Amino acid sequence: MLNIIGRRVLVAIPTLILVSLIVFGLQKILPGDPLLTIAGEERDPEVLAYLREKYRFDDPFYVQYFFWLGNVLQGDFGQSIRTGVPVSTLIAQKLPVTLQLAVMAIIMAMLIGIPAGVLSAVRKGTPTDYAANAVALSGMSIPNFWLGIILIMIVSVQWRLLPASGYVPLSVDPIQSLRTMLMPSFVLATALAAYLMRHTRSAMLGVLSSDYIRTARAKGLLPKSVILKHALRNALMPIVTLSTLLFGELLAGAVLTEQVFTIPGFGKLIVDAVFTRDYAVVQGVVLCTAVGFIFMNLVADILYILINPRLRHPR
Amino acid sequence: MKTYLAALLTTTILAISSASAQDFRIGLQEDPDVLDPHRARTFVGRIVFTSLCDKLVDIDPKLNFQPQLATEWAWSNENKTLTFKLRDDVVFHDGSKFDAEAAKANIDRARTLPDSLRRSELASVDSVEVVDEFTVALNLSQPDATLLAQLSDRAGMMLSPATFETDIGTNPVCSGPYKFVSRVQNDRIVLEKFADYRDADEFHFDRLVFQPIPDSTVRLANLRAGDLDMLERLNPSDAASVRDDANLQFMPIPGLGYQGITINTGANPRADNPLGKDKRVRQAFQLAIGRDIINEVVGNGLFEPAQQPFPPASPYNSPEFPVVTRDVERAKALLAEAGVERVSFELVFGNNTTAMATNELIQAMASEAGFDISLRPTEFASMQQEMQAGNYQAAQIGWSGRVDPDGNLHQFVTCEGTLNDSDYCNEEVDKLLDEARETPDVEARQELYEKAQAILQDDLPIIYVYHQPWPFVLSNKVEGFAPSPDGMVRLKGVKLAQ
Repeated sequence: MLNIIGRRVLVAIPTLILVSLIVFGLQKILPGDPLLTIAGEERDPEVLAYLREKYRFDDPFYVQYFFWLGNVLQGDFGQSIRTGVPVSTLIAQKLPVTLQLAVMAIIMAMLIGIPAGVLSAVRKGTPTDYAANAVALSGMSIPNFWLGIILIMIVSVQWRLLPASGYVPLSVDPIQSLRTMLMPSFVLATALAAYLMRHTRSAMLGVLSSDYIRTARAKGLLPKSVILKHALRNALMPIVTLSTLLFGELLAGAVLTEQVFTIPGFGKLIVDAVFTRDYAVVQGVVLCTAVGFIFMNLVADILYILINPRLRHPR
Repeated sequence: MKTYLAALLTTTILAISSASAQDFRIGLQEDPDVLDPHRARTFVGRIVFTSLCDKLVDIDPKLNFQPQLATEWAWSNENKTLTFKLRDDVVFHDGSKFDAEAAKANIDRARTLPDSLRRSELASVDSVEVVDEFTVALNLSQPDATLLAQLSDRAGMMLSPATFETDIGTNPVCSGPYKFVSRVQNDRIVLEKFADYRDADEFHFDRLVFQPIPDSTVRLANLRAGDLDMLERLNPSDAASVRDDANLQFMPIPGLGYQGITINTGANPRADNPLGKDKRVRQAFQLAIGRDIINEVVGNGLFEPAQQPFPPASPYNSPEFPVVTRDVERAKALLAEAGVERVSFELVFGNNTTAMATNELIQAMASEAGFDISLRPTEFASMQQEMQAGNYQAAQIGWSGRVDPDGNLHQFVTCEGTLNDSDYCNEEVDKLLDEARETPDVEARQELYEKAQAILQDDLPIIYVYHQPWPFVLSNKVEGFAPSPDGMVRLKGVKLAQ
């Protein structure tokens, strides 16, 4: 186990350097002079010259990159050009928000997707299966922002049941926090649940037709025990991979959903930063997201081993 | 980290205990930038500053100057000295007193800080002199009629000099009716009532919460759900449903800015086409587009047609130049006179739905007169850069507007103007607009601007299309709010009915 973790961490270092280089480079080829957005409508030439020097925009690409990297290694991610807030503070502000949204969304998605997948596999070819498939397909096809706006219109404006948007930290008022996050995480979960349902269904179908399940049934085990204990446990492998990867993606921020529900998470932060050419923020958030994604991959590997004892002693 | 947590905690506690203390929640279209008035650049930031930082002078809805921190002012020394008498009862949010020394320190900061965006606005100020405890004089290197208008905005906002060395952008200390409490970027800015404010009785809310909600539909849904008390910049497409909603008050007002079409007329290769080279072609183009049609179809009645860069409320908006009405036959005749039958060019614009609709309409209307326009929606920052480099033919772009007429015209059309993306140059226009900077006399300036406009309206480096509206929407519980052409939210006397 430690071996795996160690190897993963070693692989992560070049990955992170590559990611940061690519993002740094992509930002440089983005059209639009960041200083024009910073210097305001008037674009005073003196201010432009000062800022150009302050943010080292005249230095060659590699000088800028190493300067940034040097600071990051000392724990200094720089500060937002737009608001003057340190990037580390921004990440500390947004990370709990994004984490909460991601956790709630993935739990909701698993609660809906996995049982639905199992059910439609067990009842393959019945109306239940078709219904589950239809729901899953619509979950995948309905755009998040549309579903979000419709939910706000109905649940918040018409029924006044939940707040239309915003965010309250879990530590301050857990109930209100869950209430504000309910709709956005549900919107995210609908699409994710659909993926999970489809994958669970096909994995279950594969397992259910295998020999050992037939044997288990022949032994006279209860159907419930066959499905949950013998079939599902084996079918879970690809679902675990998918779930952790989906979770990793959620960590990068759910841009449209965050935008619709005005949740101050990573997605909104990075989109705003790209549009205002707030380089330091984009760099910092991407780096942080990449770390999150790599970490989730590691988690997937560890979960494999926990679920599947056969992997514990690799030959 | 600890202070951050504490700040976050207080913000949110404040934000959710809204039932007891009275909050006023304003939905903004964007998240403001730095909250340092000397470094700030965004329009939304000014909305927050209006409650946070008092200025030397304010403006009324007719754009007349009103006393705020200064009680009176006078020009002397052949318009090269501007003297302010200051109030003697003003304290900053940190308890320190406001006086002439503080005013001098602020103006000096605004005009010397290397990354101050106010430097160009205060460029004419040569020195600031403390005459007595509550009198401050600005000595100018040359007469500057725009100065008072600059000081009615961020350049005239006063910070507590004791805080100059602190991080003002994230914790501003001013002297306005509300003081800064906390900010979570992209989420909210919270201000609370400043008890020692001189007019504290006139401000009825305990706290102001500014919430950036970029999507207009969602902003409106929040207002309808009772999660906001007012919002700024409603999308024109929602105007009809808001007008019909008995729970809402709709208060649009034409702003100080405009949307127009800037044409590359300079000595660069992209301008080398009939539109850039021949003013008759530009006149024909203007005749081909119906500003009233744009107002009706895209603006839902909010896009008041503009012929001039000056807002309708401004005394410099001249009756000499009424809005040109659409006339396809005359447009065709002008094109024939110019020796062209069909003119094709590319029109770039910032990529958003309103601009898309406006420009598609312009494209359709102009094609009837003989213009083949290809539209290119472009991300805003990229468009700005291309325009500055002269790499465009025509661009549909706006200007947020300034109180003084100079701010809406000078830099755009003078030969050396920093915003002159048309690359237009006419010595006579330069002379007139420079002269208009030198006298504070309204009538004399009116005449100069009229003369300059007579040339510009013929040459048309910029075709103004509509005055940028500020469509405010308020819950019908809000009483006493009046919209202002500068788009600011002034809360004096504004109440919430219980």
